[in-house]
Amino acid sequence: MLFKVFPVCELNRLFAVLQSERIVGPVKKGEDQHGRILYDFDVVRDFSDLHLDFTQTIHSAKKYFLPYRENLCTFTFKDGDWQKEVDYGGSAPLIFFGLHSCDINALNKLDKVLLGGRYPNSFYAKNRAKMFIVGHSCTPQPFCFCKSMGTDSAIHGFDLFLTRLDGIYFAEVLSARAFHLLENIDCRDPDSEEHRRYLEAIATRESMFVAHVDTSDLTKILDLEFQAPVWKEWGERCLSCGTCAQVCPTCYCYGVEEHVDMNFAHGRKEKMLYSCNLLDFASVAGGHNFRPESHTRLKYRYYHKHRGFVEAFEESLCVGCGRCGQSCLAGITVPEVIASVRASKE
Amino acid sequence: MKEGKTFLGVPVARPRVAFFELSSCEGCQLQLLNNESTLLDFLSLMEIVRFREGMKEASDDYEIAFVEGSVTRKDEEERLKVIRKQAKVVVALGSCACFGGVNQLKNRFHDLAWVTKEVYGSFPIDTQEVKPISAIIEVDLEIYGCPVKKEEVERIVTLLVLGEEIQHPQYPVCMECKARENICLFDLGEPCLGPVTRGGCDAWCPSNRMGCWGCRGPVPEANLDQLRIIMAERGISREQMLDRLECFGGFAGYLASQDGIFGKKDTKEE
Repeated sequence: MLFKVFPVCELNRLFAVLQSERIVGPVKKGEDQHGRILYDFDVVRDFSDLHLDFTQTIHSAKKYFLPYRENLCTFTFKDGDWQKEVDYGGSAPLIFFGLHSCDINALNKLDKVLLGGRYPNSFYAKNRAKMFIVGHSCTPQPFCFCKSMGTDSAIHGFDLFLTRLDGIYFAEVLSARAFHLLENIDCRDPDSEEHRRYLEAIATRESMFVAHVDTSDLTKILDLEFQAPVWKEWGERCLSCGTCAQVCPTCYCYGVEEHVDMNFAHGRKEKMLYSCNLLDFASVAGGHNFRPESHTRLKYRYYHKHRGFVEAFEESLCVGCGRCGQSCLAGITVPEVIASVRASKE
Repeated sequence: MKEGKTFLGVPVARPRVAFFELSSCEGCQLQLLNNESTLLDFLSLMEIVRFREGMKEASDDYEIAFVEGSVTRKDEEERLKVIRKQAKVVVALGSCACFGGVNQLKNRFHDLAWVTKEVYGSFPIDTQEVKPISAIIEVDLEIYGCPVKKEEVERIVTLLVLGEEIQHPQYPVCMECKARENICLFDLGEPCLGPVTRGGCDAWCPSNRMGCWGCRGPVPEANLDQLRIIMAERGISREQMLDRLECFGGFAGYLASQDGIFGKKDTKEE
């Protein structure tokens, strides 16, 4: 890895160099009733709209690589016959400007499932192919538990990662494109004093985490506590509304619907991101529902994130971004659920 | 059934369809006419033989009956029975037909004679307790919403004509609201029935910064007890929540089951 430093004021020029392509970054979305600023990812055309000091976005950046709805294929019906067309989309390059480590790690995890398996997802691959990622350091929020999930820093999956120090940006350069990009701005190698300040900033950030999840032996504990009564208590609170999955950067489960146009000339197969917390997630042909009760569905979401995925990939699918807990009206948060299950162990 | 279209080489019958209105604003039918860009395709699916808002002719020879509105008079009950006799398929169109709709708000008063006098004064009309059409006749299909969402009606009618199974979303409004990346209305300090109301409207109201009023009725297994806690935690009064739950009649079953908390004692007093 190469390190570079440049004055904070140069960032605007960096943005301008990239601006010929579509840039997506954190923007101010509005304010809540207490005047707290709410952020989300959106296309950024003006540098001043980019809020790199954002706390956390309400939604993840998922819609740019796993859209809530997308056509898997379309059909043309003609003369009693039909033809299928597939458009994998995603041909336009995309620049993410200001992803936090949690969201970069979310992409890395999704890559393992959606690109690394025996049946790669072509739609996701196409969206991923022309992505350029500028990461940005963050200030841990009270709900952030990425440190517990080992996703508080990103070691790959970005082109450039910026850490703001006093007056300068300390840049980690991971790709040739990022290296050449920096040739466009006033940029130099860091000196040993800047190395020290960088490490100091990392240590300061480390000390700021409040929320924690004890993940030691968690896969085993989840197996032992499969019948723990505490699941029922969380299930009673759960609204089965799917919000947690919708805001999650790594929830990739989906349903498929077929639609026929009213003129019977066209049809399409549409994929819709779904949530394992929704009532009919485990409904199968013939009408049987394997998880009719709210707590069984909620439990399986935790088992997928913190047990099944760990078994398959030796890491959790949760990146600790805290969005699900922040958005859950019933106040169900990952640190609390895991702690309560661990406590069931007596 | 005449000059049917074909789908994948198989002839598809073009059913004769009639639209009826009981006590309602007829806004659901207007919604269908509003969709100019797809209106011709919509009309090509079926032969409309009765549609008061769109044509003068009116035939009593139909296979599918769309009924908008709730039952508030004796003669409407009789009309419904005739429709049921004629139609192979009866569709309740919109929240009034499905749940009683806004009309059923008057049911909260004990003394309906007093209501009639208060509203109509010295011009009394025959009006009774408001009922959904399913209280009078068997209904084959319900299309929810106040008003109905035209895209959804088009999808359902297409399936109906093709003879496919029709499924309503089993998830609440939140699911679609999140997909539209709206700010949660609760974060803005507003009550919203999104977490307990059946989706399929594409979060129409919340996307326009208005909390859901539950016009599509409850999602199956709606967790209303938790929503009550959520509202209370945010300082939203029981009356505000009650106003919304009562508005369209979809939550009548829940309200009746909560006697003493949200039940008749609360709702029927003036």
